[in-house]
This record gives sequence, structure tokens and C-alpha cells, in this order.
Amino acid sequence: MGLNIVEKILTRAGGGAPVAPGAIVVVEVDTAVLLDTSFMPHVWRDVLQLADPEKLVVVFDHKVPPPNRVSAQAHATGREFVKRFGIKRFHDLGREVGISHVLVTDRAYALPGSVLVCADSHTCAAGAFNCAARGVGVPEMVYAITTGKTWFRLGETIRYDLVGRLQPGVTTKDVFLHVAGVFGDHTNLNMEFGGSGLAHLSLNARRTIATQAAEVGAEFCLFEPDMVLLDYVGAHSSAPFEAQYPDADAVYSKRRTIDLSAMQPLVALPDAVVKNSVPVGEVAGEAIQQAFIGSCANGTLDDFAIAASIVRGRQVAPGVRLIVTPGSQQIYRDALQAGYVAMLVEAGALVTNSTCGACAGGHMGVVGPGETCITASTRNFKGRMGDPTARIFMASTATVAASALTGVITHPGRFMLEAAA
Amino acid sequence: MSGIISGRVWKFGDNINTDLMLPNSVNGGAATLDEQAREVFSANRPGWVDEMRPGDFIVGGRAYGIGSNRPAARSLRHLGIACLLAETINGLFFRNCVNFGLLALECPGVSEAFEEMHTAEVSLTDCTVRNRDTGAVLQAKAVPDNLLSLMQNGGIFPMLEKQGLIAPLFR
Repeated sequence: MGLNIVEKILTRAGGGAPVAPGAIVVVEVDTAVLLDTSFMPHVWRDVLQLADPEKLVVVFDHKVPPPNRVSAQAHATGREFVKRFGIKRFHDLGREVGISHVLVTDRAYALPGSVLVCADSHTCAAGAFNCAARGVGVPEMVYAITTGKTWFRLGETIRYDLVGRLQPGVTTKDVFLHVAGVFGDHTNLNMEFGGSGLAHLSLNARRTIATQAAEVGAEFCLFEPDMVLLDYVGAHSSAPFEAQYPDADAVYSKRRTIDLSAMQPLVALPDAVVKNSVPVGEVAGEAIQQAFIGSCANGTLDDFAIAASIVRGRQVAPGVRLIVTPGSQQIYRDALQAGYVAMLVEAGALVTNSTCGACAGGHMGVVGPGETCITASTRNFKGRMGDPTARIFMASTATVAASALTGVITHPGRFMLEAAA
Repeated sequence: MSGIISGRVWKFGDNINTDLMLPNSVNGGAATLDEQAREVFSANRPGWVDEMRPGDFIVGGRAYGIGSNRPAARSLRHLGIACLLAETINGLFFRNCVNFGLLALECPGVSEAFEEMHTAEVSLTDCTVRNRDTGAVLQAKAVPDNLLSLMQNGGIFPMLEKQGLIAPLFR
């Protein structure tokens, strides 16, 4: 009987004995990523020894630069930890800082076929790189870095075959909102993406879907490797790796085909992602006060390109703040070079340094009581981005940029056509 | 693992997310465990923390604990919730239940089988769940002994302390 991607990776990482859905698998961790928030005094514990410092990556991303004393303390604790154990892959505040899930993929720390853990829920982003990656929480990270191991409960897998090609103005954010809206939560299940449509999606576009798998509660979200991925990883890493493909007779609990050409811009209504998506038209005209583009899901150069093409030569509507946060300082530099940052800032956008920032409601775009925000980020829970009475609609970068210009939730179609003309 | 525990039931629906249990206002800052626990369900069920008492159970629907890795399970433990029973439990939240020491079991049918203030009885020997008010008996999904043991004995940090992998807490 054939194996799917996650079964193959966990079988290897678990020592080779065959694993089947329902089993608990103890695995060797290939890469462990600690964040500034991992070192927060209310969760961190003083580690006395590490299984292997070479397997660690430390990234400061959630509170950058620190907005309060507790965060500053966490950064100090993290720096001391890095120094004490001689961690080489350390992304401190400065030129190479960024959001961890963006960095571990852009830098190819997340190798195809490997196992990566980090405390944060959106760690599944690296699934776009064929890496079995997931969030495990801070206590499990302490366990993983001190013992070198962790455990996973292997679930059944749903296979998504992508076919066709997205229409202009439609993005993989909309594809994700379609999946979340129609199929709901994937608790205890893995998602596997492949199919002929993959060839038309950039690695960034794939990662948006993988990142958001956390929002449907998937255990793992793995993408099939292809030459686009293998060439990228080969160019950015000298480490050996073995990408994993599903067997032809791999077993899935369900198989679903997504026709990319049939996708349309969607919006998740406030307070939940699961089964909460509607076409943009259904909420068009809703007045907004904040529009946010950023996070591990939508802070890529692709997002900057889309946002800049829409706002270029126009102005953000009065009474609206458009906040744009790059996924890394490297993306910031690339967006500067391409002219995107100038276009955004000329239009009235506030472009921040790279951080989780407004997405996590911690700083740089916290929403106030009764406000309405449309966001291209990861999550729209009640209170997620600030006051619990605020309403958070979640949509693609294109829809958010279009809405920022009009001051009301707006279908991006017209602006995308004009940008293309 | 043996033992029977029981408690009165508070019911919550589907997709109860981590931010409802541990809101941003008290997460990631200087808030104490007491202060964090005061805010559990403050956005969706204000006043609940004053009504509940230690030893109570929570019965949830699908995807209980969907969301972030924040230590929301610890807030429930701190309030004294004796057991969480839900149709399905988010994988990351479940891991935090194990690691912070909150007894949590997936039990298909549980949200139909209980009304609020019913008394639930859980046998940890065979993971059966009984409604003392109606007599209904359900089968929760088994949890491996080592994980059940962590859930019942304060989570993973005491174990790592004993193994000399982390320093003891001086607070």
C-alpha cells in the first residue's frame, strides 16, 4: 500500500518503521525554530543543555522592535541563549530580520522531506517547501531542543488536486478562503496539495495556502515538490535533502479537485475563518477604518507587487489607514528596489519594518473599539487585532488594497484591469 | 492509568478559539496567571469565570482550541477545569493540554449528550464518559498512557526538570 507525503516524511524521521493513521510517531527533529515570544518570561524555562545547537534557528519576529519592557526582556533572554549555546542561525533586529515562517523558507532552512518545529501555529507555512512543519507550542519546543525529538499523531490525509489557472485579481488567498469556506475545519487531518495547477503558482503563492492551513486546524499541510521548488532550494542551500513525493497508490481519506480558473475574490466575515467565506460582492460597501497587508501569509514581494499596482497613482481614502508590513527586511529591500515601497508611500500607505505586528494585534496597527478592518493576514478572530468589539474581515492583498482606496470593502477587479492596461 | 473523575458541565460550541480563552489584552505581556485566567471567555461569555468553580468540566464542539500556540490550556488549568471533553480538539491546543497538564479528551457525540449543569463522569481506565443525569455512556478516544500521565501530573516541565534538562523555577 502506497504512502502519501506526510506518511513518507514521518516514516523516515521516525526511524523507518511503517506508520499508519492513528499512530503516535516519535521523530527526530531536523530543524527547531525559536522566536522572541518563545523567550517571554511567562512561558520560557531556563534550558541547561541542547541536543544539537546546529539544528536551531532563532528569529525575533513578533515584537520587533520591542513595544514594551516585557518584550525587550524576552529579546535579551533570547540573545543570552544564542550566545551561551553558540547558535549560528540567529536573526536579530537588523538587516536579516523577518517573520520566521518567511525566513525559514526564503533561506531554505526548511528542507524538502525534513521535519521542522516551532512554537507558532503558522509554522505549517513550510509545508509549501515539502517540509513536515508544524506549530507545537513553547513547552514542546523546550522538549524538542533539549531531547532532539518530538511526537506527532498521524492523521488521515485529504488530497487537493489543483487544476487550471487563476484569473487576474484572484490569488491563493481566495483559494484558501474557498477551501475553508466550503470544507470547514480539518482537525486531526493532513492536507496535501498537488496537481497540474501548481506549475502556475509561485512559491510565495503556495506558501500563503500552507500558512493558512493553521486556520482550518490541519495537522500538516504538504505540497508536492516540483522543479520550481527544487531549483530554489538548490540555489539557496548546500545542505543535502530528499524531497518526498506521494506514491501513485497513496491512500487518502478524500480527494478533492480545485479548479483555479473558477476561483473568485472572497472575504472571511469577522470572528472566524472556518465556514465563514462569502464573495466580496456580498459585503461590498462596508466602511473600513484600517486596511492591513502583511504577516507570514501575505507579506511577500508578490503581495507588494499586487498592492503597488493597485494604489499606484492613487490615494488611500480619507479616514482609512493602510498599513503594509513586509515579511522580511530582505523583502523590504527588494520592494524598495522594485519601486513598490515608493508607490505605496506616495499613495498614503504606512510601510513598517518587518514584524508580525498588526496581524498578531501586538503593535503597529492595533484596532480600536467598534472599528472595522479588512486584512490580508492570517486570522480574524474576535479581538485578534485589538479590541474585541472591532470587526475584522479577511481577504486577499488585492481586495484589501482596492478597499483602502475606496474606504469601503471593494472587489479588486476594476483596479486590477486598470493596472494591467 | 486508573481513576474516575466527575464534574458539572459547562457547554461551549464549535470552533472555540485560543484567543477567546486567552485574549491579547493579557497575553504576551506582564499579566500574571491570575490575571490571564480572569479573562477566559470574557469576549464570548462575560462573567463565566465567576460562575464556574474548580472541578468543573468543559464540553465543547468541533475544533476546540483552534488558533494560536498561546498557553490558553494553562489558563483553564489555573481556573481548576478538571477535564475538557470535545467532539474534536485542535492538534496544537491538544499538545498544550498535554504539556501544561490539562486533561483533555476527544469524545464524539459529547455535545449532543450533555446539557449545561449535567454531571459528567470520566473513567480514565477505559476512557468512557457517562452522563450521570441521563445515564448515557459514550466512548472517548484513547490517549496513550504517557501523554495521559503528563496531562495528570502537571505537564512536561516537571519531567524536564527531573531529567536535568531545564532549571527549576524560583518564583
